[in-house]
Amino acid sequence: MTLTRWQRPDFWGLAPLRRVTNLRDEVDNLFNLAFGHFLDVRPENGHGSQSLEGWFPAVDVYEEKDSLLVKAELPGLKKEDISISLDNGNLTLSGERKQEEKRQDAGVYHSERWVGRFHRTVSLPFRVDAEKIKASYNEGVLTVTLPKAEDAKPKQIPISVK
Amino acid sequence: MNTVTQNEGKPVSSQPANPERSLVSPNVNIIETTDGYILEAEMPGVAREGLEVSLEDNVLTIVGRRQPDPSAKLLHRESNPVDYRRVFELDPAIETGKINAQMEQGILTLTLPKTEKIKPRRIAVN
Repeated sequence: MTLTRWQRPDFWGLAPLRRVTNLRDEVDNLFNLAFGHFLDVRPENGHGSQSLEGWFPAVDVYEEKDSLLVKAELPGLKKEDISISLDNGNLTLSGERKQEEKRQDAGVYHSERWVGRFHRTVSLPFRVDAEKIKASYNEGVLTVTLPKAEDAKPKQIPISVK
Repeated sequence: MNTVTQNEGKPVSSQPANPERSLVSPNVNIIETTDGYILEAEMPGVAREGLEVSLEDNVLTIVGRRQPDPSAKLLHRESNPVDYRRVFELDPAIETGKINAQMEQGILTLTLPKTEKIKPRRIAVN
């Protein structure tokens, strides 16, 4: 049986090592856990304890003028597989990537993609208007837009002078 | 230096749209069936327009360019601002004219059928 030969792209003298990338993410998270973060983005497995195992999708958080933007890299899911919940100032993203049905005649050659549950919690830095939260899922990226609560927006306070 | 060249000096990949972005190898699953191979590459953030799949001789190159980051203030970053690239040398049994590509939610699925004559066949006996 002929084998497909693999070639890692080797350019600019640097061979990309995806396992090293995962390791770096894990080390970054160890630092986050040790030193804390005013913006707490925590990994949690189903048992609620801190865990670095399993699927750890990358989460980015941005602040716009009037809202918070949370983006999570979750390729290959259907929106029914993702659940988003807000509880007490914490936004939780969770779900599961199911293993595809085994094909009768298939032999898995090479498997690098994660399968299984994921669970990430973002502790929000300001109050948000829960009624107006929107989420979209495109190109495998989940984007949650959380508008700031009215009292969280910066306000000009008028000064009265007698 | 923006182009990557192979032995004969022919460029394999065009220059990156965003020169500051480095290229990493996307995670890939490969399944082999009696009909051919199925390759799934994970490239979140890449839209159909950012995807380039090219074939030269027996070499398949996949390049995925991610959408630009939001222009808002960054509070916390875990994703890498990279683009994706991976090169494969194909099994000669693959019928390159029939390769099919689908892109859905950041997953590129390539179906690479094997040529008919390689599949096991029953031969009728008179």
